[in-house]
Amino acid sequence: MTTKAQAVMDWIDARFPLTSTYKAHLSEYYAPKNFNFWYFFGSLALLVLVLQIVTGIFLVMHYKPDASLNASGVPVAFASVEYIMRDVPGGWIIRYLHSTGASAFFVVVYLHMFRGILYGSYRKPRELIWIFGTLIFLALMAEAFMGYLLPWGQMSFWGAQVIVNLFSAIPVIGPDLSVVIRGDFVVSDATLNRFFSFHVIAVPLILIGLVAAHIVALHEVGSNNPDGVEIKKKKGADGHPLDGIPFHPYYTVKDIVGVVGFLIVFSFIVFFAPEGGGYFLEYNNFIPADPLKTPPHIAPVWYFTPFYSLLRAMVWPLFGLDAKFWGVVAMGGGVVIIAFLPWLDRSPAKSIRYRGPIFKTLLAIFIFAFAILGFLGTKPPSYAFFGVIPGAPVAQLFSLYYFLFFLTMPVWSKIDKCKPVPDRVTG
Amino acid sequence: MSLDQKVDAGRRQLLLVTSAAGGVAVAATAVPFVASLTPSERAKAAGAPVEVDISKLQPGQMMTVEWRGKPVWIINRTKEMLDSLKKTDGEVSDPNSEKPQQPEYAKNEGRSIKPEIFVAVGICTHLGCSPSDKFKTGAESGVSADWPGGFLCPCHGSTFDLAGRVYKNKPAPDNLEIPPHKYLADTKILIGEDGKA
Repeated sequence: MTTKAQAVMDWIDARFPLTSTYKAHLSEYYAPKNFNFWYFFGSLALLVLVLQIVTGIFLVMHYKPDASLNASGVPVAFASVEYIMRDVPGGWIIRYLHSTGASAFFVVVYLHMFRGILYGSYRKPRELIWIFGTLIFLALMAEAFMGYLLPWGQMSFWGAQVIVNLFSAIPVIGPDLSVVIRGDFVVSDATLNRFFSFHVIAVPLILIGLVAAHIVALHEVGSNNPDGVEIKKKKGADGHPLDGIPFHPYYTVKDIVGVVGFLIVFSFIVFFAPEGGGYFLEYNNFIPADPLKTPPHIAPVWYFTPFYSLLRAMVWPLFGLDAKFWGVVAMGGGVVIIAFLPWLDRSPAKSIRYRGPIFKTLLAIFIFAFAILGFLGTKPPSYAFFGVIPGAPVAQLFSLYYFLFFLTMPVWSKIDKCKPVPDRVTG
Repeated sequence: MSLDQKVDAGRRQLLLVTSAAGGVAVAATAVPFVASLTPSERAKAAGAPVEVDISKLQPGQMMTVEWRGKPVWIINRTKEMLDSLKKTDGEVSDPNSEKPQQPEYAKNEGRSIKPEIFVAVGICTHLGCSPSDKFKTGAESGVSADWPGGFLCPCHGSTFDLAGRVYKNKPAPDNLEIPPHKYLADTKILIGEDGKA
């Protein structure tokens, strides 16, 4: 650096911790040298967050959160989305980037969470990183749900109707609570406007705050790795971990490779299959919202369907409370229980590389169960596999497994036969 | 403050009281914000009654009108449809309409003022979808082989008979709601008002 540039930097550093922040989080943040494919998804999630914010800012310039009917009898909100698609220059691609980005967000976040389970990234001392992560997942679900109402199509309307009514199942306060959420006795213009406000201001602010907390907590304790060993335990003479390399340039360069790979797949979907076969944008949502008629088949977008299956699995009233209430408890519990993983897992080894056959078998069944629950959630309750195996009992069985996997983990993770964990990463 | 210094109890108490008072004031500012989330005066006033002319409604036909943003069904039930209600008595969870899902004058076999004219809010009592009419009987309805005619909710599969009574062991807990309504003339119904209140 020239003396002039150095003088400018010194001037700034005396007033703002620029150089020290850059060092702490990039050039001298030592990450394990053995990161593999699974470590792309954290930075990709950040990329998609930026993509959603930027495309969202531009969509808001043309979108109108208004449920009243225009001169042609079409709701203004619905018409404004079609206006973006047809008349705004570049509008179609910005909108498809945003709608595909929502699904991409959940793809990368699910894979990012799965990585955490594979390598025990939630274990001590990373419990808070995991809890912030679960909160990010919850905020993301709220963000996606409220954003889905905005196009004011049939699925927007009836999806919101069903989900808001879930809250009315809570004893005592439920009915009033659902009215406060909607701001009306039915899903209406008031609901559309407040969801718009939450979707573009409140929840994004919370998300950014949680993401910052997630990364600050990560950089405080340091990253886990595919071997699940603590690299900080073996430090060289320079005080840096022997198995660590600076995040910049090593992992910034590696992550750019991940970004290129991601963008190839993502662009293909945006340009050639933005509706994702009806899974990313549901066909019924191309019909304006009609409060008098429910579409013959309603289902949430794919990323909610595993939890939607948990909701539908509860059909029995218990302890004097409606089945509806227990469905809500199952769905909410299904998300919240993830946050407790750091204390449910008692295995001596963190990474799947050194964990025993019980974990590997139960995890494989768990992934299968989660996928089947997700699939069944897109189908009507009367669905049967090959027309013979009824879907409803299968969903109930796998819902039971979903919870047992977590609840019995303290037992089986302890007795599982683990291999010895090495002192250093294996490369 | 070093450890050997004593806490000035008076000042500490003043600090706590001020903090508590400040906390109450901050919490009180939440009141208008929470209040703004509740239905506005305009939303509350939107429940005006709706007048419906049913002179063109043939037996076996159904029409839908909007009241308070919700679909209200009016069905002119045929004799066969009314007869089916006797058969479903044993299969529905609240056959005698004990739960307050209807005005007193509709707490009868057909859950209606006139036996043939059925008026109901077309919103499932489970999670608020609008059930589809499945008036065709038997397997042709796509519901079941011995289906006597009624309604099927597409969202979670609740079924209702032709008096809006929910079948047993379905997600929906209650019968369909019967709105307050009255006859202004023989073929004119006012929905949303029963002249009592």
